[in-house]
Amino acid sequence: MLEINKLNAQVEGKQILHDLSLTIKPGEVHAIMGPNGSGKSTLGNVLTGRDGYEVLSGEITFNGKNLHDMGIEERAREGMFLAFQYPVEIPGVSNMEFLKAAVDARRKHLGLEELSSFDFMKLARDTSSKVSLDPSFLKRGVNEGFSGGEKKRNEIMQMMLLEPSLCILDETDSGLDIDALQVVASGVNAMRNSERSFIVVTHYQRLLDFIVPDYVHVLAGGKIVKSGDKELARELEAKGYGWLESEVA
Amino acid sequence: MTTSVTPAADFHQHALALAAAQSAALAQQDNSPLWMTALREQGATDFARTAWPGRKTEQWKYTSLQAFQDFVNAEWAAAPEVAAELTTQAGPYTTAMGSTVLSMAATRLVFVDGVLDMLASDALPAGVTLFSQADAATGKIIADHLGKIAGSVDAPRRNLFAMLNNAWTCDGLLLHVPRGVTLEKPLYIAHVSSGAGDQAEPAATVANHRVLIVMDEGSSAQVIEHFVGSDSGQPAFVNALTEIQLGNNAQLHHTRLNMEDEALSHVGAVHLNLHRDSRFHGFTIAEGSRLKRIDYQMNHCGPGADLKLDGVYLARHRQLVDYHTTIEHRVPHCTSKEVFRGIIGDRAKAVFNGRIHIHKDAQKTLAELNNRNLLTSNAAEIDTKPELEIYADDVRCAHGATISQLDETALYYLQSRGISPSQARVMLSFGFINELLQGLPHEEVRTALSTHLSALFAADRALVSDVGYSGHPATDDERA
Repeated sequence: MLEINKLNAQVEGKQILHDLSLTIKPGEVHAIMGPNGSGKSTLGNVLTGRDGYEVLSGEITFNGKNLHDMGIEERAREGMFLAFQYPVEIPGVSNMEFLKAAVDARRKHLGLEELSSFDFMKLARDTSSKVSLDPSFLKRGVNEGFSGGEKKRNEIMQMMLLEPSLCILDETDSGLDIDALQVVASGVNAMRNSERSFIVVTHYQRLLDFIVPDYVHVLAGGKIVKSGDKELARELEAKGYGWLESEVA
Repeated sequence: MTTSVTPAADFHQHALALAAAQSAALAQQDNSPLWMTALREQGATDFARTAWPGRKTEQWKYTSLQAFQDFVNAEWAAAPEVAAELTTQAGPYTTAMGSTVLSMAATRLVFVDGVLDMLASDALPAGVTLFSQADAATGKIIADHLGKIAGSVDAPRRNLFAMLNNAWTCDGLLLHVPRGVTLEKPLYIAHVSSGAGDQAEPAATVANHRVLIVMDEGSSAQVIEHFVGSDSGQPAFVNALTEIQLGNNAQLHHTRLNMEDEALSHVGAVHLNLHRDSRFHGFTIAEGSRLKRIDYQMNHCGPGADLKLDGVYLARHRQLVDYHTTIEHRVPHCTSKEVFRGIIGDRAKAVFNGRIHIHKDAQKTLAELNNRNLLTSNAAEIDTKPELEIYADDVRCAHGATISQLDETALYYLQSRGISPSQARVMLSFGFINELLQGLPHEEVRTALSTHLSALFAADRALVSDVGYSGHPATDDERA
């Protein structure tokens, strides 16, 4: 699914990721934890190809393709999805129009026909109810005036509509109350299957009670310093990140 | 017909000659009410006395009137004797909005070159009177207001074309909503420029549109004015003046759509007096012709009045759009909020001059003015100028004018969902103005405008901003 090999990457001239390697197989859920500034969000942005996130060396292959030559939208159409930590508000562009354009682009890439407006409307309404988002949110500007929880649910709705093969959740739990967290987690869990992989980036262990990972990695100083199973997350919760940093040093 | 290039001042002379000829023709018919004759004479006198603006004239600094040369030999389109003929010939009208005049749940009145087309129009509803058919009572309302609202601010050069409109007036529409009455249906007024010169010998046409809206105390109404061309390709000059009087606690939604085609030049103005606790909610859009100059002159005359005006302008090719808005805060406790957004592409130019004048007595004023522009080509030009004059000390006044770029984060967000950079830029550029369209109170107008404009953005990249993006090379559908 995803193969990261000795990745070095910089943002604004400052190297953030150092020799990072990670292999994710179909159906696996990997949690990436780490203190602030460890490079967690950078990894997501490098994977999606955001401007300004520059790969210095190393390779990333996604579904057997070298990501280096693929634009942001091509990676998305290929099945990569990043749920943003801070979803962007776009007044003037309706959520419905945005979602349809995204789904059309993905379907076209997969060689499928575009959905009719009617069929899409129905699909979007059904999906919004799965994440407990009132259908009226479809008519509003993208994320415009949405609360923090509504924005995150809108992200999960997009994920459900696009049916990606690799979902990267960037601190999706930040700023969520426990009810919203459960809605988001059950949305994610409903999408888990033997083909689809997840990278769950989080600062806290709490989310991993709801989305149980197969692997947990600790990112510190731009590299993976420890890997383990879900028990590692509990250990981190109990002991903090400090002991790891001293262990590594 | 002369082929030599003559200075623009000739239009000044020629306009007066037209007015004189018009007056003479109407005098022979011997049925013009005195107030109309007086208005025409006053207009002609004022117009003759006012110097023709040059580049040094502040109000016309960025807009050359050279374009008016085309109309020096213009056919006079609004002479009453041709009116009867037009009512049987006119329509259907193709418009810049891609259909005939809008169909909506409203009373529809269609004016062709300033003259009511009765076949295309609904019956005149209660409260609507043509100037030419005014009786003693409505004549008095007209006489009391017409030319007086537009003349209530002493700024002759700002009102140059209002004077000319006065001089040329031979008909017009009065909407009078009596005390406490709510106009049941919105009033939709289509002003069509026929470009109806003889096919064999095309000629420029000149049309004078005049609307007077008088809202008595506690009344309420919705009015849509829609200016459309005929796609005839004939040059036409439209001078359209709307005067609005809002009595105490009266409310008006006023939408003015300027959608004429390329061959047309439009000079228009809305003059508005707001009395105590009245509310005005306006929307205006200018799209599609080589010259548009639109003035909003808004006067707060009674405390507690509330004004909101949203505006959108789109200029491409070599078009010029010039909005001048002025708000006179003369009295305390009034509010005004103006939001204007424009997109300028190709070699087009736009001007936005927003003046807020807060007089000494206008304490507790809340005034906001915001103007944002997207420039989509290096050759496009915007001259934006907020102008504040504040003489009261206890007021809140915010203003801002910016030349914006598309939001890089928003572009990234759309692309990260598989949307091509090209399509993302179309969506965001259209979204830039669509935000204001969403505030329109009439669903039919909102839908028609959205549909028309989103198609325009998809078809012509002149209005789509490339600025603010420096991403990956184009993908396949990008190049297509």
